[in-house]
Amino acid sequence: MANPIRLARWSPYVVGTGIGILSWATFYFMNKALGTSTSFVGAAGAAICTIAPEHVAGNAYYTQTYGAKGGGFKPVFDWQMALVLMMVLGSFIAAWFGQTFKVERVPTVWSQRFGPSVLKRYAAAFIGGFILLFGARMAGGCTSGHGISGGLQMAVSSWMFFVAMFASGIATAAVLFGFGSKKEVSHVQ
Amino acid sequence: MFSNFFADPKTLMLGAITGLIFGFLLQKGGVTRYNVIVNQFRFKDHTVLKTMLTAIVVGAIGVYAMLQFGMISGLHIKGAEVGMNVLGGLIFGVGMVILGYCPGTALAAVGQGSRDAIVGIAGALVGAAVYAEAYPLLARTIEPLGKLGKITFVDVTHLSPWWLIAGLAIGASGLFYWLERREHAARPA
Repeated sequence: MANPIRLARWSPYVVGTGIGILSWATFYFMNKALGTSTSFVGAAGAAICTIAPEHVAGNAYYTQTYGAKGGGFKPVFDWQMALVLMMVLGSFIAAWFGQTFKVERVPTVWSQRFGPSVLKRYAAAFIGGFILLFGARMAGGCTSGHGISGGLQMAVSSWMFFVAMFASGIATAAVLFGFGSKKEVSHVQ
Repeated sequence: MFSNFFADPKTLMLGAITGLIFGFLLQKGGVTRYNVIVNQFRFKDHTVLKTMLTAIVVGAIGVYAMLQFGMISGLHIKGAEVGMNVLGGLIFGVGMVILGYCPGTALAAVGQGSRDAIVGIAGALVGAAVYAEAYPLLARTIEPLGKLGKITFVDVTHLSPWWLIAGLAIGASGLFYWLERREHAARPA
């Protein structure tokens, strides 16, 4: 049998089980639930803080998210910030050993529909990222914080998010790509 | 924000290890790929759904078992706010399909060489900053709509969590069985 770390892909059931068990560990050892999108607020707030610290200190959202009990701020470079930064390395290790690391600017499904322009893809990625985080902060979490962590705790907030996210994703994909024929090749790499 | 920038080393180390494993698993699962994520919403590739539902079921079993045996002090859920959760989820879904990554998978995608994910993260940081500015307005208008508090489906249904987990596990298994059979039939011999 091949060394699993050398495989390009693992079964989604194996990966899902792994993420589920990782959640047990974060609850048991760290008293935390997996999440990523709060760190974007911390990073944006810290960046703005370098030029306008009073503005950040006076903003209700930064103080609500990172405010410490006795005034001032909790550490911005916290558990989740370390987590999100190390995700990049974890993924790199997986890609490197699986020989799937590849510099890619325009994904194939995108270029089949919208052409090979890097500028066009980057513009869409920027706008998409903007909308994504705005929505995540409004909902109070993203695919990991709400979708997985909240979903497994059976939180009402998270399942509302999950259903709304899938419904709107399906509608957006239909608008952008059309409904398409079923004959099209699936499992594009 | 900078007087107290870093959390303690132990917290950071635990976050880093969690992130390393999380990023590794996401990349091996293929959910760090634009094509895989977008094709989920086009019903052409169900990797995202299989991964998430497996993580939710496995995670739920462990977390609720630890809760029952008093091994963890409590849950970590976000309060249900119907307006914010649903509208945020709808906005998030649009962003997820345009960008082709969610916040966590965008970070992991950077590790496998996806340059468009870096641009997406830049957009996401701006989105987080703009959200912080928009928050006072949203707090007055949308946040009060349907505030239900930190509730789970256990609170709503008054059922044992084990009935809910069993239902979820059976539902997910049935869906997986159906998807696998369909995919097997569609695969060229």
